[in-house]
Formats: sequence, C-alpha cells, structure tokens
Amino acid sequence: MSITDKRGVPQSNVLLEGQGELIGWYDPDDARDWVIQNKSSQRKNNIVSIEEAVKKYIHDGDYIASGGFGHVRVSMAIVYEIIRQKKRNLVMAGKTAVHDLDLLVGAGCVNKVEAAYSFGHEMRGLSPASRRKVESGECVVAAETSNAGYQWRFLAGMMGLSFIPARTLLGTDTLNHSSCKVIEDPFTGKPVALIPAAYPDCAFIHVHRCDMYGNSQIDANSVEDFELARCARHLIITTEEIVDEELIRREPWRTIIPFMVVDAVVQVPYGSHPCEMPGLYYYDENHIAEWLDLSRTEEGTQQYLHKYVFGVRSFDEYMELVGGVRQMSYLKRREFLQEPMTAPWRK
Amino acid sequence: MTENKPNYNIREYLAYLGAVALEDRKAVFVGTGLPIIAAMLAQKTHAPHLLIMFEAGGIGPNLPELPISVGESRTFHKGLIATSMHDIMSLSQAGYINYGFLGAAQMDRYGNINTTVIGDHDHPKTRLPGSGGAADVGSFSRKLIIIAAKQSKQTFVNKVDFLTTAGYLTGFGAREKAGLPRNTGPHRVITQIGVYGFREATKELEIVSLHPGETLEAAQANSSFPIHIPEVLETSPTPPPEYLRILREEVDPMGIVIGK
Repeated sequence: MSITDKRGVPQSNVLLEGQGELIGWYDPDDARDWVIQNKSSQRKNNIVSIEEAVKKYIHDGDYIASGGFGHVRVSMAIVYEIIRQKKRNLVMAGKTAVHDLDLLVGAGCVNKVEAAYSFGHEMRGLSPASRRKVESGECVVAAETSNAGYQWRFLAGMMGLSFIPARTLLGTDTLNHSSCKVIEDPFTGKPVALIPAAYPDCAFIHVHRCDMYGNSQIDANSVEDFELARCARHLIITTEEIVDEELIRREPWRTIIPFMVVDAVVQVPYGSHPCEMPGLYYYDENHIAEWLDLSRTEEGTQQYLHKYVFGVRSFDEYMELVGGVRQMSYLKRREFLQEPMTAPWRK
Repeated sequence: MTENKPNYNIREYLAYLGAVALEDRKAVFVGTGLPIIAAMLAQKTHAPHLLIMFEAGGIGPNLPELPISVGESRTFHKGLIATSMHDIMSLSQAGYINYGFLGAAQMDRYGNINTTVIGDHDHPKTRLPGSGGAADVGSFSRKLIIIAAKQSKQTFVNKVDFLTTAGYLTGFGAREKAGLPRNTGPHRVITQIGVYGFREATKELEIVSLHPGETLEAAQANSSFPIHIPEVLETSPTPPPEYLRILREEVDPMGIVIGK
C-alpha cells in the first residue's frame, strides 16, 4: 500500500509531514513555464504610478510578500496603497513582517498569514491590531515557520527547485505546523527538513535607487530581498530615486535586483516612512507610537487609517501630514546619530 | 538574609549576567531585547572583540546605540559586512556561531522554548510573534543562552504550549535523533532567581548559581518541574560599578530595556 500526501504525491521516505498549509508552491516545471510566459529579457520602461502598480499586480486573494525587515526598508507606500484600494483576502508572508503586516491585517486586507515573525514590533512590544484579529479568528495563521525557513522558501523558489534541505526546525511544533517535510538524508542517513519553495504572487521591495527598467541597488543589508525578488511572480520596486542606466552600468556589482525580474518601478521618496531607510532616514518613532496607541482599539485603528491613508490622496500629501521636509530632516539627523534616541511607545 | 538591597534592578542584573556569559573573540547571534543589551555591554567591557551577528545581515558592528530592530542600520554600523539573512543563517548552519542568545516566554526542563502562542494554536489565548530566528538560533548555536526574565510556575512549565524552538527536546540524544547538528543546544538559562545549566546525563535543568539573596526554595517555588541541585552551588557574581555605569550611561541610557 503506497502512502501519499494531501495532494496524492507518493511519500515513500517521508518521516514527518508538517500540517501547515502549503502556500504559494508550484511544481518547478509549472513555475518555469510561468516565467517563460510572463517574464522577458526585453528591457522596457517600467515606471508607473503607485495606483497603477497596485491595481495591476495585486489582486484580492493574492499571496503577497513585503521586502526589508521589520521596520526597516519596508515599502510603506505600497502598504498604504493596498489599504486605499481596499484589497481583500490577501495572504501574507510573515517573514519578519511587522509594521507592514500589522497595518494590512488591522485594515482588513490580509486575513491569512504564514508566520515566521509576525504580530510583534520587536522592542516596541506586541502588535495590538493584528493580534486582536488573530485572537478573534478574523485572521488565520495557516502555517508556522522560522526566519531561515522563510528565507529558504524564497531560495528554493529562485533556484527553480521544489525544496531546500535544512537542519533547522527539526523536533519542533514550528515544523509540525509548517509546510515542511522531514526525510532521511540519503547521504548521511540523518533526518533532514525539506523546506518547500515559495512563489509569492506579488512582492514589493523598497530600494535606494534603480533605473527605469528596475535594475536596483540597496545600500544596506539585503535581508531576504535578493531571493524574494527572484522567486516572486510579480515584483514592484519602489525607490527613493530613479537614476540613469549609465549610473547602474558604472558599478554593476552594486546591482542586487536585475530588471528582468521587475514588473513595475515607482518613484516614492521617503516611501518607507515611518520605517527606517538605512543611510537616509531613521524610524519616525512618534508616528509608530501613534499607531501602536490608536490600534489598541478597533475605533482607533479606523481613526488612524482615516487620517493617514483614506484621508490623503497621495504619498506626497501623507508626507506633508506627517511633518514634511522638517520632519524628514530631523529623521535624517537621527539616522546619523545627530539627534538623541526617543522611545515614545515605551509604557 | 542580611543582604543590603542591591544598587541595581533585576533587568540590569540580567543584562550583566548575559554579558559575562559571553567570551571575547567568539561569535554571538543576537536576538531582540535583553540579548542586544547584553551583547553591547560585553562589547564595551570584557569582550571588545566579540563578533556580533544579526539575522538580517549585520556582522561585526560597533554598536553606537541600542538598535530597536535587529535589521536596522545600527546593526552594521562600522561593521565588517552588511549581508543577507541567507548568508547569516548559512554561516550559522555551517558552524560559525558559538553563542546564540534568546529570550523566552515559556520554557520546560529541557530548555524547549515557546514564543508562538499561549493556549491552543488555532484558538490562541495570546498570540505571540512566533519563531522569528529563534528556532534557527536554537538549532545552530553551539551554546544557546536563554534569558527568561520572569521565572514562575507559569513560565517554567512541564510542557510548553507550543514548542517553537528546540532545547534538548525529550532529553539526552534527542536533538541528534531529530536531525539537529551535534554538539549544539542550550547552555545557560538566566532568570531573576538564578543561572541554570543542563545535567550532562539527562539534559534536564540544573541550577548553577543563585543570585545574591535568592534561595533554592524560591527557585523551586517558581517552577512547575523539579529543579536539580548540583553538589557545588555558587552565588551569581555582583556587577562591578563600571559595568553598571556603562550599562546605564552608554548602552541603554533611556532605560528602554533595563528600565529606570
């Protein structure tokens, strides 16, 4: 009698199967076919408006992933636009998704998460809005994993493989609630975790600069974005500035994302606010504290969204509302340690 | 006890004990909260050549102030490399880290940690952030140091609600049997009462030292499982004034983690 998994695939040597939902996985041949049909080596001007980018590449029910890490180099401009366009039933990669995920869950756009690190704000404490939705059942955690686990889902995807073997998660409930499987490593005879590939329907990544085709440079740690950019089916790049192709070609070793994986380029200076953009501006702690405070209640959450998302027509208008040039110069000085630390969210 | 009231609070003390657990010229993989504080304090005192690694890609920073996120620019300030999570996790899996440094919401006698949910997974009483990098640090560290700031019957439990990060699982040999790298696992657990290690034969929690003024009775009363007692029980060290000064003035002057 042959054993098969939920999808009917024979499981001859599987020692253990995680019970988490397998999100965003495709047979590598199907993933290749998709790339062949949808991606092109023909360079074209990819610059679009933020409204257009979100309208075209993010649809209700999609599996989305946000670049950066926690409150760092996150494309908040895209997050606000997703909320503004009232996208629904999105599934989000909780790969150290913090402020982005909290807002999207709080706003009712995301109702399913695969969690590596989610529903927290690191040292600032837990996320009132998204926790409330998880604890009430409005938002479902469909699978658990770890940061390396998520990272390596993207790695397998970008490599065109169905999985990556790893020696993490073994023995844990995190694995039991993940979409991983454990087999006996045919080389060592020891158990090894197989981490399935992930192909998000759409990823959005904020970068320091790129050209009109999407060739992008990040002047900081790349976190998971090298892999995420390459495994995502659609990729929106938001950028602090758009530069001439010549500038990219002068130092090609600095290019971390090449144009052929990019679908849209949107220029949004300060597009990560209130998150940090390394080397440019630090977190806007007052703004984050305002969110953490207001999001303690559903009414407060709506009040915040009304003021900063629905109440403004563009990211520029939002920037004016949060303090404009004056505030951004302060955050720039703060980034360069020329202003003292603040922690207004501290209880 | 006739002890004078110490001139430091418990979080300052935990940071100090975390710092002294780190040796100079070793590599440490640092999680958010008290572990960052402890690593910074170690770097500014007895371990100036401590190699600090952050999961988001920072290696070898000279931490200028307390990073709020383990991914921000402070984590590679004057660092050696600002790389990727894949790089850090791969280096860790390949054996390059000596110490891992984590906090814990709930822990059992084998050092298994829960940071995912309190209550049932699908109907949680409290949803916590999940593994983050913890399950990875717990898998790859040669010596894992756990700071459980609030030891009590609710946090030192017989069975964790959710086993997020592997300690010694069910005891001696269980990690290797599960496929985790050999010669890895929890080394020390630091709480407000004492410092704990793990018995070699069973990998069960055993007290190593009691903090000044604390008692074995308190250690046991604040645990749901029996705590083993070694033949020689030490007293945890007292922080030198210079450590406290650096901690308060340079590491966390706003008291974000250590309190005021």
